Amino acid sequence: MKKLTLLFALLCFFTIIKAQNTTPTGYQVGDYIEDFSLKNVDGRLVSLSTFPESFGFIIIFTCNHCPYSIAYEDRIIALNNKYNSLGYPVIAINPNDPQVQPGDSYEKMQERHKEKAFNFPYLFDDGQKVFPKFGAQRTPHVYVVRRNPKGMVVEYIGAIDDNYEDASAVKKRYVENAVDALIAGNKVEVNYTKAIGCSIKVKK
Amino acid sequence: MKYVFILLIGLFSTSVWAQTKADTLIQSGTYAIPVYNFDGLQPLLQTNSDSVFVINLWATWCVPCVEELPEFIRFEQDYLNTKVKLILVSLDMQSKITYALIPFLQSRKITTKTVVLSDPDMNRWIPLMDKNWEGTIPATLIYSKNKRQFYPHPFTYEELVSEVKNFLN
Repeated sequence: MKKLTLLFALLCFFTIIKAQNTTPTGYQVGDYIEDFSLKNVDGRLVSLSTFPESFGFIIIFTCNHCPYSIAYEDRIIALNNKYNSLGYPVIAINPNDPQVQPGDSYEKMQERHKEKAFNFPYLFDDGQKVFPKFGAQRTPHVYVVRRNPKGMVVEYIGAIDDNYEDASAVKKRYVENAVDALIAGNKVEVNYTKAIGCSIKVKK
Repeated sequence: MKYVFILLIGLFSTSVWAQTKADTLIQSGTYAIPVYNFDGLQPLLQTNSDSVFVINLWATWCVPCVEELPEFIRFEQDYLNTKVKLILVSLDMQSKITYALIPFLQSRKITTKTVVLSDPDMNRWIPLMDKNWEGTIPATLIYSKNKRQFYPHPFTYEELVSEVKNFLN
């Protein structure tokens, strides 16, 4: 009987936790992510397993048209410049449906990739199967994952930094701080941030 | 005429918006758009009056926001001279106010009170707006003296009317 009461109490406890957790579905910090296989702008399929040597990834849902994404393009390039050689390459994924947002078509992605000389894969979530698994909500939306013996674990979800408008006025570099901590073998201090961004475009 | 309009805006600002001072005021044609950081905006998110405020968070680059805007404008016209007030809070970047926001308002003949919230430290103020909000727009805050609710989703005219009724009782 005592056991039953305890079980009931635990059940109540978890129900409360569940009810309070209003965060939408998708990966949370601490979750393991599934690999995916998406077409890069060069026509090749790219998966996380394409980079067996990496210690992790900086996965960024971004796109062509969104002013926030555009504002961060140079900073995304800089992230890859800094962290690719340290084992945390950037992988960018465009999650938008080009029928809703024509500026984010595969061809336009190829154009933008060329114009900006992106030094990282820019993948197209054709059919929009990948971004819902992550629970990505906006562009840009970053997921830093770290490889451990069990797989790829999510270590950070959120914004790149705390100033979209002025890169020179940034005070908190969320992604850099997270990856630096992981490289140093430390815990990520700020592992979740919120930001305004463009909603991901799906057909109604 | 132009001056009358500016004067009217001025009067409106001093009556309803007396508590707060904008960081800057960006003017173009008949439009004068105050720009606030979140702390500057915050006094505008509460009231001691009997009015009901509908605060719509939007941006010219946000397609679903632009789509729902006519519903809000129609709503505003139907509630003209009542205690319901609509305020548009644009999240357009400061650099886009003159080139995107004001031309947008002009071309659609929107004269609704419009301010810009320009505060890059979003991770700080998004939870202050509403603790469960992820930062997606459109989003709307409706508040009166003793009631407030945040809606992180688009509205239709009918939904807006029915929601506001709950604040008018």
